[in-house]
Amino acid sequence: MAQTDAAAPPKEAVPPINTWILPVAAAWFIPGLGHFLLGKRGRAALIFASVALMFLFGLFMRGMMFTPERGQDYLTTLINYGGFLCDLASGALYICASVFGYSQPDLPGDVHDYGAKFLVTAGLLNILAMVDVYDIAIKKKD
Amino acid sequence: MRINLSHFEAAFLFALFASVVLGVTTKKTTRERLNYGAYCFGCFMLALFAIGWAMKLGHG
Repeated sequence: MAQTDAAAPPKEAVPPINTWILPVAAAWFIPGLGHFLLGKRGRAALIFASVALMFLFGLFMRGMMFTPERGQDYLTTLINYGGFLCDLASGALYICASVFGYSQPDLPGDVHDYGAKFLVTAGLLNILAMVDVYDIAIKKKD
Repeated sequence: MRINLSHFEAAFLFALFASVVLGVTTKKTTRERLNYGAYCFGCFMLALFAIGWAMKLGHG
């Protein structure tokens, strides 16, 4: 037993929250802003352009925004809540679209369907960017 | 304003934006990022054409 404990790798210390919370929150609110605050301006521009364009294409294709509501079954409820969280991950883009009254019902058609996927994916890509900002902020990555 | 994209145009744009972010966020050097972004974009395009042809041939 003692040998097993000795062979276990040492646990990494949890980085203090004040080193990463501001850049990660900024990265959520405006895609790319977290990288910008950490001095990675080229990456910030690429992330902002990609996430914002993907979100805007989703809006222009009249994609549906998910709302957190119960569906007829568990799967529908899971899709609604998961989709809502992904939409919300776009930060200010989602908030502005909601505040300015963007509301698109779920309509049949491939363009609407692509639009909804673009909106959701924009949020997912922004989550990837937030994770990257966290790694940079705690000096795990350059 | 409303735009109507074809399947190919929408999938192309999706692949482009996703590849850029995947390349930027997952690798450590600029060269690795460029290579990985291009690799992801190539995989998206390959899958797009392969699945497109599979569906066309499957439908007869």
